[in-house]
Amino acid sequence: MNVATRVIPCLDVDGGRVVKGVNFADLRDAGDPVQLARAYGEQGADELTFLDVTASSGNRETTYDIVRRTAEQVFIPLTVGGGVRTVDDVDRLLRAGADKVGINTAAIARPELISEVADRFGSQVLVLSADVHRRRDASGAPTSEFEVTTHGGRQGAGLDAIEWCARAADLGAGEILLNSMDADGTKDGFDLELIELVRREVRIPLIASGGAGRVDHFAPAVRAGADAVLAASVFHFGELTIGEVKDALREGGIPVR
Amino acid sequence: MSRVVVFDYGSGNVRSAVRALEHVGAEVELTADRAAALAADGLFVPGVGNFHACMAGLRAAEGPVVIDLRLSGGRPVLGVCVGMQVLFDGSDEPSAAPQEGLGEWPGAVSRLQADVVPHMGWSEVDVPAGSHLFAGVESERFYFVHSYAVQSWTLEEPTGAFAAVAPKVTWAQHGGRFVAAVENGPLAATQFHPEKSGDAGLALLENWVKSL
Repeated sequence: MNVATRVIPCLDVDGGRVVKGVNFADLRDAGDPVQLARAYGEQGADELTFLDVTASSGNRETTYDIVRRTAEQVFIPLTVGGGVRTVDDVDRLLRAGADKVGINTAAIARPELISEVADRFGSQVLVLSADVHRRRDASGAPTSEFEVTTHGGRQGAGLDAIEWCARAADLGAGEILLNSMDADGTKDGFDLELIELVRREVRIPLIASGGAGRVDHFAPAVRAGADAVLAASVFHFGELTIGEVKDALREGGIPVR
Repeated sequence: MSRVVVFDYGSGNVRSAVRALEHVGAEVELTADRAAALAADGLFVPGVGNFHACMAGLRAAEGPVVIDLRLSGGRPVLGVCVGMQVLFDGSDEPSAAPQEGLGEWPGAVSRLQADVVPHMGWSEVDVPAGSHLFAGVESERFYFVHSYAVQSWTLEEPTGAFAAVAPKVTWAQHGGRFVAAVENGPLAATQFHPEKSGDAGLALLENWVKSL
């Protein structure tokens, strides 16, 4: 009777289109987030995440429209992150049809934003998105110390990642999307040490992100403490399907839907 | 076609509920208008966030009266998530402005005791025999997101002429067991979000809409 491990595809959306190529059979328009969302829903995705990478705020309206159209057609939870700075931004996304909102940089700049959002809408809507990398030693080799980054991993924020996640949970975050910037794009597997360290310190759900490349990468992330696993490119390019990932988890004795 | 009002008293994301109900064949109006809410074949009461904030919002929109009037006339009401929790006596959830629940069922809402809270995700449910709401989807998982729940059911078992209408209580587990759904004459409620539970949730909503 355990809660099932969630498998979550993440779509990067820019100006109303999915960026980072998508290679899906049976789609008329592989750049249309709504069609893709529906296709993932049919594949058995447990949730969807849209990451709005739109640079100009003028294009944000397009994002609201996509969220609106997706929520009208896909009856599974939808998280939207990227560029969320204020309580009003959260309000608008929720009104458009998002169930949860991811907050990253704005919470680093002003942690009280976490409490403000949680107080107004409830913790369950707030996903603290943490982009984390390993600190390097003098020789440039990665250590077991983890730091929060901003600007897509290019800048260290000077915050210890484990402490930051624990603090965010205390402030009222409902969930943590833990993204390893070192593992991201490598397809060598999730950063299990990072997941274990955060799991030890926080008691809210943890979504593991970054590094998924093969079906057998997912179960170790769950054993390390993840409640959900997120991936982008392996799903978009059809290298793995949601079903294959769930089969592998099931074979590993992990409950899935 | 059954007409459903989704009670719009300022509670979070209600768009999905509207669309899901339309998807299963209801004619849906999103409103807090008292006359419309009383006249509809079914009233859907959503609820996200804090128990006490939801109660305050419901009171401001005359929700308690509308629900009472409907139930006294045997008119169906479906509460979802915090919209279910407010049907009980009260909640332990901290609040600067505590509000009592509607007291339709005895019992209090209390914090889940589990390693990871909120309970967020798809869980199995333990459905009693003869459930109408879960017909055809008894073995499916449904999507939950909550930190508080009703963890004991204390309503006295009805006897005699009332035995036939005994409430049907569905349970789920997170840390311990908690009430996942109740079917009680015209009043039904789910702790999970049927409007976010994929095909299984749509089937459940369709069962409810067809019963109106």
